[in-house]
Amino acid sequence: MSGPSTLFDVARRGMSAQLVRMNAAASNLANAGTVASSEAQAYRPIRAVFAEDLDRASGLASVKVQGVIRESVAPIKSHDPTHPLADANGDVWTSPVDENAEMVEMLESSRQYQNMVEALSTAKQLMIETMRLK
Amino acid sequence: MSQSLFGIHAAALELRSQRMGMIASNIANAATPNYKARDIDFGAALKASEAGGDIDAAAAKSVLYRVPVMPSLDGNTVELQNEQLAFSENAVGYSATLEFIRNRVDTVTRAIRGE
Repeated sequence: MSGPSTLFDVARRGMSAQLVRMNAAASNLANAGTVASSEAQAYRPIRAVFAEDLDRASGLASVKVQGVIRESVAPIKSHDPTHPLADANGDVWTSPVDENAEMVEMLESSRQYQNMVEALSTAKQLMIETMRLK
Repeated sequence: MSQSLFGIHAAALELRSQRMGMIASNIANAATPNYKARDIDFGAALKASEAGGDIDAAAAKSVLYRVPVMPSLDGNTVELQNEQLAFSENAVGYSATLEFIRNRVDTVTRAIRGE
């Protein structure tokens, strides 16, 4: 895949990447506190991994989402024999989602998204002014 | 031709535009691990292009890495407040240069019309 060629390309890809990150955080929050009957089945938080996407011809660098990984955090085991999902030993596994961390992640992502929009609108305004030059 | 008509402003506008793209790249990569923020040293680039040379080459030679105030653990050196500041400073510079060019065009147009 070729790199970004215009400033609009940079902004578009940057915003898409932030959106993926926000979706990942939202999925984690939605699955906070979900319970599974075995360690393997328990939900593990997902995280978007960003990488630089440089176009040498234009010198512009955008972002690409290299992948969405599952974090290797151990689910929280708790003893609850009355739970309908409890296994033979009476244990259940809760997803290890840190709500505070996810909220911070979301906040940071939305701020960076906003920042990108702001920069894009300024750049767009300047381009329009240049175009109207007569 | 455009060089003699607009003087320094033609090169300045082109450099401002390139710098805007570079700072926008930094803003886009605010969350990319190991991304190193870059910026064009505008003064040096303008001087280099004044000395007679390609504007793209002058800009490429004046690219510097930003020194972070507080480096983050993931190796990213983008600091949003600095980037915002640089971006707005550059935007104002762009507007000013554009105004100079606009005035020059107005002057020449008036001369052609014989007003």
